[in-house]
Amino acid sequence: MTSANLTDTAQVEQGTSLWKDAWRRLRKNRLALFGLAVLTVFIALALLTPWIAPYAYDAQNLDLGASPPSAAHWLGTDIFGRDLLTQILYGGRISLAVGFVATAVALVIGVTWGAIAGYVGGRVDAVMMRLVDILYALPFMIFIVLLMVVFGRNLLLLFLAIGAVEWLTMARIMRGQVQSLRQQEFVEAAVSLGLSPATIVRRHLVPNALGPIIVYTTLTIPSVMLLEAFLSFLGLGVQPPATSWGLLISYGAETMEEYPWLLIFPGAALTLTLFALNFLGDGLRDALDVRGSGD
Amino acid sequence: MPLLSVRDLQVDFTTRNGRITAVNRIGFNVEPGQITAIIGESGSGKSVACYSLLGLLPTPPASIESGSAVFDGRDLLQMSERELREIRGRDIAMIFQDPMTCLNPYMTVGNQLVEPLIYHRKVTRAQARERALELLAEVGLRDPQATIDQYPHQFSGGMRQRVMIAMALINEPRLLIADEPTTALDVTIQAQILELIAELQRKRNIGVIFISHDLSVVADIADDIVVMEKGHVVERGDRQAIFQAAEHPYTQKLLAAIPAGSKPPADAVREDLIQVRNLCTWFPQGRGAEPLRAVDDVSFTVQRGEVLGLVGESGSGKSTIGRSLLRLVPVTSGEVLFDGTDVTGLAGAGLKQMRRRMQMIFQDPYASLNPRMSVYDTLAEPLLLHGIATRKTVEQGVLQLMDDVGLARAFVRKYPHEFSGGQRQRIAIGRALATRPEFVVADEPVSALDVTIQAQILELMLELGREYGLTMLFVSHDLAVVRHIADRILVLYKGRVVEQGTGDALFNAPQEDYTRQLLQAIPGRGLL
Amino acid sequence: MWRFIAGRLLQAIPVILAVITVTFFLVRVAPGGPFDSEKAVIPEVKAALEAQYRLDLPLGQQYLAYLQDLARGELGPSFKYPGRSVNELIAAGLPATAELGAYALLVAVVLGGLAGVVASLKPNSAQDYIPMSVAMIGICMPTFLLGPLLVLVFGIHLEWLPVAGWGDIPGDKILPSLTLGAAYAAYIARLSRAGMLEVMSQDYIRTARAKGLPEWQVVTRHALRGGLIPVVAFLGPAFAGLLAGSFVVETIFQIPGLGRFYVQAAFNRDYTMILGTTVFLSTLIVLFNLLSDILAAWLNPRLRAQYGEA
Repeated sequence: MTSANLTDTAQVEQGTSLWKDAWRRLRKNRLALFGLAVLTVFIALALLTPWIAPYAYDAQNLDLGASPPSAAHWLGTDIFGRDLLTQILYGGRISLAVGFVATAVALVIGVTWGAIAGYVGGRVDAVMMRLVDILYALPFMIFIVLLMVVFGRNLLLLFLAIGAVEWLTMARIMRGQVQSLRQQEFVEAAVSLGLSPATIVRRHLVPNALGPIIVYTTLTIPSVMLLEAFLSFLGLGVQPPATSWGLLISYGAETMEEYPWLLIFPGAALTLTLFALNFLGDGLRDALDVRGSGD
Repeated sequence: MPLLSVRDLQVDFTTRNGRITAVNRIGFNVEPGQITAIIGESGSGKSVACYSLLGLLPTPPASIESGSAVFDGRDLLQMSERELREIRGRDIAMIFQDPMTCLNPYMTVGNQLVEPLIYHRKVTRAQARERALELLAEVGLRDPQATIDQYPHQFSGGMRQRVMIAMALINEPRLLIADEPTTALDVTIQAQILELIAELQRKRNIGVIFISHDLSVVADIADDIVVMEKGHVVERGDRQAIFQAAEHPYTQKLLAAIPAGSKPPADAVREDLIQVRNLCTWFPQGRGAEPLRAVDDVSFTVQRGEVLGLVGESGSGKSTIGRSLLRLVPVTSGEVLFDGTDVTGLAGAGLKQMRRRMQMIFQDPYASLNPRMSVYDTLAEPLLLHGIATRKTVEQGVLQLMDDVGLARAFVRKYPHEFSGGQRQRIAIGRALATRPEFVVADEPVSALDVTIQAQILELMLELGREYGLTMLFVSHDLAVVRHIADRILVLYKGRVVEQGTGDALFNAPQEDYTRQLLQAIPGRGLL
Repeated sequence: MWRFIAGRLLQAIPVILAVITVTFFLVRVAPGGPFDSEKAVIPEVKAALEAQYRLDLPLGQQYLAYLQDLARGELGPSFKYPGRSVNELIAAGLPATAELGAYALLVAVVLGGLAGVVASLKPNSAQDYIPMSVAMIGICMPTFLLGPLLVLVFGIHLEWLPVAGWGDIPGDKILPSLTLGAAYAAYIARLSRAGMLEVMSQDYIRTARAKGLPEWQVVTRHALRGGLIPVVAFLGPAFAGLLAGSFVVETIFQIPGLGRFYVQAAFNRDYTMILGTTVFLSTLIVLFNLLSDILAAWLNPRLRAQYGEA
């Protein structure tokens, strides 16, 4: 929007938007930056896995069997002589994909639901949020276990099931945001200027609700990944020959007395990722100055 | 010998942007049996100075760099935390600005009241309770026996402040520090609390430090006045000296900022721009409950070119009337004719057309601007929306508005959080004027601002009102401000119009009891 | 207050009914039946079995019959443990699970609350960073990783504690309780730290200091209550999570509790067992949510007044 006229007539001072301000604060937070870096590396590895994995995914070496870390197999091998690093790389693809996709599902449902309830208000809001309350009271964990058992272990179902649990909190946060923003005077000012509801939502509500949503999204991904790992550990999540970190940990736990590295390395990969995401989420929360929402 | 003698006090703060000296080598005395007022605008360091005396500032970020504060022969600043604790709540007590947040919501009033007594005087719980009941009666709580075991949320703001005062006085302190104790209260309640503090102070013959941003509040009660600006004490003197012969230009500026006198009668065209007939705005209160009648059968007219003042305390419905006219809240019944058209029935394009002609300026300049939009975007939005400017000319329009409201053009790319309260209010005024409206509702536009800024913004509004040929509805709780700016005044009480007339008529010959009460409550009446 | 409790109990009924209905039809619609795996079963025997378990009736009638039984408190006979009712099986598994849950909750509240409060008293110091970093590890390390690791370290390498069992050898309850409680301790630590920091910045804390109260009294008398309300409100959801987590812990440590039953029952298509445990656990969770809401309201006079009126 800068034009000759403006830049010529005066030395215009560049303003600092709240986003720039937040980014500046985030850059000073070492833990959050560390989280961001770890995450970037892991995502890059996951994307490039087929090209960089040292061994083929299904390459067995039964003669070798389980061997501790060595020059040929940096993280050792499992009882079938499969390279653990390769397993972890492929497992990471699934774990991260579940984390991001299921969170995206939760994000879309939750934000839409919460925004509608908050903006329309009144009876619609009461009914919509009552439903969320009831769903909250359901023992979802039990249901997911049941679902996975009865309908077989299906990745798509896993996404949907986890997304279906996590959208509830997202909806509550979004509704709270919209409700409090709606009462702000700048939204009233927008109404009195004669802006259409769609424009008000797009220009005045969404940009201001975005902060908490970003923060909560960052914090939802690790809890989704944890859920997937949990289900896989119970044998209800990802199914062999596909693998995920949860499944690897589950196998590792069975043989940890003899081959502890089979437990420790996948465990470290999962824990490190969750760490990175949580630190990033906390850092974003501070940088965007979002009030704790009670999680 | 003074009760408290502060010398050479300096308090620094370490912030993200380096060190700031909040209190810069100040000194003042508090005499026993006298009220010393410390006056200053936000950021003057008046509260910081007093909190530092009692060790109530978090260190870091604060640090006391130098000075002494001799109370009762001992230097407060040299005491250990333990020694200070003995003094706090026993010899020196405090009351704070916001009685809503200063009482613990999880404890009964009685339990909070007896705490300092039990802790400092080692009396039994029963004795303490006895004393608390006496004091509650003394500060004017009806039926202390029944209310002592209630929780703070069951009291009104004024009553909570009375409880705070009782709590401060329960150990018979010799010095009371009152930090803006009436700022959060309605005018009539403010008058009662001021009177109560003055009366208790005389009766007990104690020293009081009264911190305030408002000279007129202390005009009736202060013995000595200390004026602070940006961490410095710029002037000290007794009340007479300050009010009648202030020497420092800043003090003079503060005095000049007190709104006084009434507006010269406007040369209004005798033509009604707005006719409000039997307006009712009720808010539903949930199932089965009676609706809240915020505005209840109100009728009035606004003439083209005049400023109509709307005065009332909280809950009087004054803001709701403004919002009803602009269709920001749903109207229950009645008519609002704007230039002959009933606004209450409009929708769609007709409503949008009407919105261009009537605009609003809000109370809180911190909440009324979208924090994620630059000044440019904020001002350009209405210009483009209503086709007042095209993409090509919008920049010129924005800059013109900046000039009109007195903001430097260089700031046009900045964001709201980078401006002071007064500057933000200028942006908000610019946004309201962008649509070239005929009518503006100003809802308490200066009550969140410092007094000197308040005067500037009022001046700006009067000036722009003339320039743009505006008709204005000016909503405020402050009679003096309204008298200063309005041609006619409507007094509201509980959703109804109690009295109306010109400022001079109301001030000189009020007809109704409630109007008289309001006038009585204006602090520093003598100054007007 | 009583009306509030009664109201909430009434609201719980449709929730539990929904749980029953969804579970009932979900297990029936799913492919595979309880007697499919036993290939040797002759058709006549299978028919007799199905009649015995009312599987020959139309689905709707089965559902109504089940509801009738439930109203009498009967959860029906187990499919996989012939001759034993689901009530008996739950009664057999419950004590271990309940005890495990109680210890884990104790670990979570005591350790977590303490760590959070201690950290909040000196924010951004070592006293804050150390417990909060440990809490972060607790949150990031899933139960099924922490359990085996604890076993590896304290059971196998150091040989300090038994690695399995429940109530057989002294000390065998320590590792499972710690494993299950750790994540919740971490959450509670973060919650109570945030809650305390929030409260400590309130104006009424300044009032308490201005009264001359020593800092420990300011904390215990004025801050703790408000600061811990979020923790109390979290206890309901935490309990639900603990139950889910006990599946894993019971598996790792071979504890004969409800969790293992549940997972096995699901794999075995043991209809009545799945339904029975689901209904039982759901009811418990709903009740615990209610309990923690009541507790939170009781701590907050303003909410108490609101509920009293409602």
